[in-house]
Amino acid sequence: MYDPALVQPMRDETMAMGIEELTTVAEVDAVFSNHSGTALVLVNSVCGCAAGTARPALRQALSHDVTPGKVYSVFAGMDTEATQRARSYFGEDFQPSSPSMALLSDGDVVMMLHRHMIEGRSLEDISADLTAAFDKHCGTRV
Amino acid sequence: MSGHVFHPGHHELHGITVVVETSGDTTYVGRFDKEDDERAYLKDVGVHQAGTQSWEEYLDRTMLYGVKVEHRDLVVARGEITSVRKLTEVARS
Repeated sequence: MYDPALVQPMRDETMAMGIEELTTVAEVDAVFSNHSGTALVLVNSVCGCAAGTARPALRQALSHDVTPGKVYSVFAGMDTEATQRARSYFGEDFQPSSPSMALLSDGDVVMMLHRHMIEGRSLEDISADLTAAFDKHCGTRV
Repeated sequence: MSGHVFHPGHHELHGITVVVETSGDTTYVGRFDKEDDERAYLKDVGVHQAGTQSWEEYLDRTMLYGVKVEHRDLVVARGEITSVRKLTEVARS
């Protein structure tokens, strides 16, 4: 567990994007136990190697014309139980990594951006992966 | 905190998921941590053994579903290592 004060700017960065942060198991279940439509889940992380690019890439992707219906985040290494519960909704095949992003449609994962798909890549490339998935799986924002 | 790095001054592959091939039957996939004159240090490591699932299938599945971790920390003797490449580069090739 990291110092919460050290992590708060990273939480603030996601909340400034309009992302709803889920910090408890109850909050995760309330959202995903019977979810319909599209949702992106950011598994946030303190790791600057990857998360330092993932968050701004997501911010850029969310300015795209087509975006998920809802965007949520859980914070790995901080809100451990909420993160574990969120991952349980991704299915057994997907291995945990952070940062990562899962795009769900009616409760099923239709795109997973693992940590290894984020680390060492440019913000623009990651954002392009996300917007391609948004175009493929999400309806046009009204 | 955009671009903030908690651990500057590390090896260029630090934090990157790599495929470590060895002179034996074993391939490791995990996050590169550091190296010294004798060893490479990996974190959250999956293992492929020749003779089981094919190497290509293993890497394809790892790309799609992530690294199935068998060792949180693993040390590999540098003398056994034949190559260290980024997973994303190996998967593209």
